[in-house]
Amino acid sequence: MLEKRTLPTDFTEMLPRVSEFRRFRRVFFSRRLVVFGLIVILALIVTAIFAPFIAPYNPYKMDLSRKLLQPCREHILGTDSLGRDTLSRVIYGTRTSLMVSVIAIGIAGSIGMTMGLLAGYFGGITNMVIMRFTDALMSFPMILLAMVVAAVLGGGLKNVIIALGVGMIAPYCRLMCGQVLSVKENDYITAGRAIGASNLRMMLGHILPNCFPPLIVLLTLMMGTVILAEASLSFLGIGITPLTAAWGSMVNDGYKYLLTHLMLSFAPGLAIMLVVFAFNMVGDGLRDALDPRLRGTL
Amino acid sequence: MIAYIVRRLIQGVFVLIIVSVLVFIVMRLLPGDPLMLYIAEHQLTLLPPEDIEALRVQFGLDKSLPLQYVDWVAGIFRGDLGTSIFFREKVADLIARRLPVTAYLGSLAFILSTIVGILAGVISAVRRGRPLDTGVTTAANLGITLPSFWLGILMIYLFALRLHWLPVYGYTSPFEDFWLSTRQAVMPVICLSVFSIASTARQARSSILEVVRQDYIRTAWAKGLRERVIVMRHVLKNGLIPVITLRGMHVSLIFGGAVVIETVFNIPGMGRLMVEAVLGRDYQVVQAGILLIALVVVLANLIVDISYGWLDPRVRYD
Repeated sequence: MLEKRTLPTDFTEMLPRVSEFRRFRRVFFSRRLVVFGLIVILALIVTAIFAPFIAPYNPYKMDLSRKLLQPCREHILGTDSLGRDTLSRVIYGTRTSLMVSVIAIGIAGSIGMTMGLLAGYFGGITNMVIMRFTDALMSFPMILLAMVVAAVLGGGLKNVIIALGVGMIAPYCRLMCGQVLSVKENDYITAGRAIGASNLRMMLGHILPNCFPPLIVLLTLMMGTVILAEASLSFLGIGITPLTAAWGSMVNDGYKYLLTHLMLSFAPGLAIMLVVFAFNMVGDGLRDALDPRLRGTL
Repeated sequence: MIAYIVRRLIQGVFVLIIVSVLVFIVMRLLPGDPLMLYIAEHQLTLLPPEDIEALRVQFGLDKSLPLQYVDWVAGIFRGDLGTSIFFREKVADLIARRLPVTAYLGSLAFILSTIVGILAGVISAVRRGRPLDTGVTTAANLGITLPSFWLGILMIYLFALRLHWLPVYGYTSPFEDFWLSTRQAVMPVICLSVFSIASTARQARSSILEVVRQDYIRTAWAKGLRERVIVMRHVLKNGLIPVITLRGMHVSLIFGGAVVIETVFNIPGMGRLMVEAVLGRDYQVVQAGILLIALVVVLANLIVDISYGWLDPRVRYD
């Protein structure tokens, strides 16, 4: 963080003031791939919100007389085995994908960060119990954990979101705990304690804001992971109902017609890849711009 | 060192206990009484209530939950994992048949991704900014975004259906027909390892670039050591430590990948067993399978942590 103390005697030692935001902006926008990723993400959000206006057809309308059409002028990516327009389904799939991943990350982030904050702040036995619990969660492969949670809760979009959220608690908890342990050592924490600030005020007012940068990076990078996980679950046919336009289940549907209708599997898979790539690039860009250890090397 | 190993072992046992308690609780939260499932399975619906009570006592379901947990764990130590409702056979036998398949393909993927991932990362770090580095970095960035099931389907389309180089799918034990088995294993192993290769390469590259900036590397150059010696003796030794932690985490990742890839390639391993069990609501199998996979992952991480302590003396003392 920026030095705000003024040293009355030795002005020559003082560094020129650098705007944190300007430095962040310079590093963040200096890589073309990062900018590309950002544009893709913005385009996706627009697509998800305005899907009904962008999609040429209703993605749920079946028309068996027009089933399994090859790509043509009316159906740019062809139609599936129930006569639904592939392009429209890919566009609507953006909604499913973004909604599931954003909410799941929100759940995982809030629970994981609270646990990490408590573990790091109180230390001792609290830390030990929470961290061993995290270790236990980490020892289940995420997909498997989500599968089992989805099985316990039953199908449906809501339960897939909860399942993915639970599956991702551990990384946030770990990172948060590590951050808190290092932030806790700062002088301003001791000062806060000296004036008698309550535990809650210390945690929320002083420690949490100073832990944020790496958490934002993890949040962005995890978007890619959770989109892939959601796609894998829907590919396996767990949770999301077959009618919902989800990219993973579309790839699976197309698998049956692979030899004749490659586009049915290819298009949704490419969409997944593009989104995950965009989030990963933006995450990398954020890390370069926010990580103090990389300062000066870029 | 011994104190460190003992401490890690105790932690490992502790984690395993939490894992088993979690699995037990989650499985008890499931809708449905296990006894009713048993009765439905054996077509005993006409049993009088007092016989049902007798069965309840016989299965230990009248005891309190902690006691049931103890019974369950004791059963696991005797090798009794229950009976599958869906497959109508002992869960232990089912797993004994399915686990070696996943273990075989998984270890091939693990070895492949360790070698290729580290090699790619090191080469790209050493040649930073050159075309080779750009190529490796781009490939790695794409590799961590590829949905593995999609890659599998595209590979089947290209190499099996169009070019006819490889069989479409299936699995044969390498002891039965080594050549066929290897040909069938090529695509699944590549799909299982792509993400792992790419993320290992990224991690290796960035941690090596970190090490290259250190003073002792500059000293090594100043001493006039050859590049080979500096890379092999000074850079790799320190730069690969974070990569080793990542390898431990990838054991779990490869198991997770097996769930999807075994479905794509129709391979009768643990992963597909888990999918079938979840879809068929076969809780005995889910319970045993997830516990076993967690056990393997915990053991793998224990080995990683111990080797970590052996490689990096700083770890032992904190």
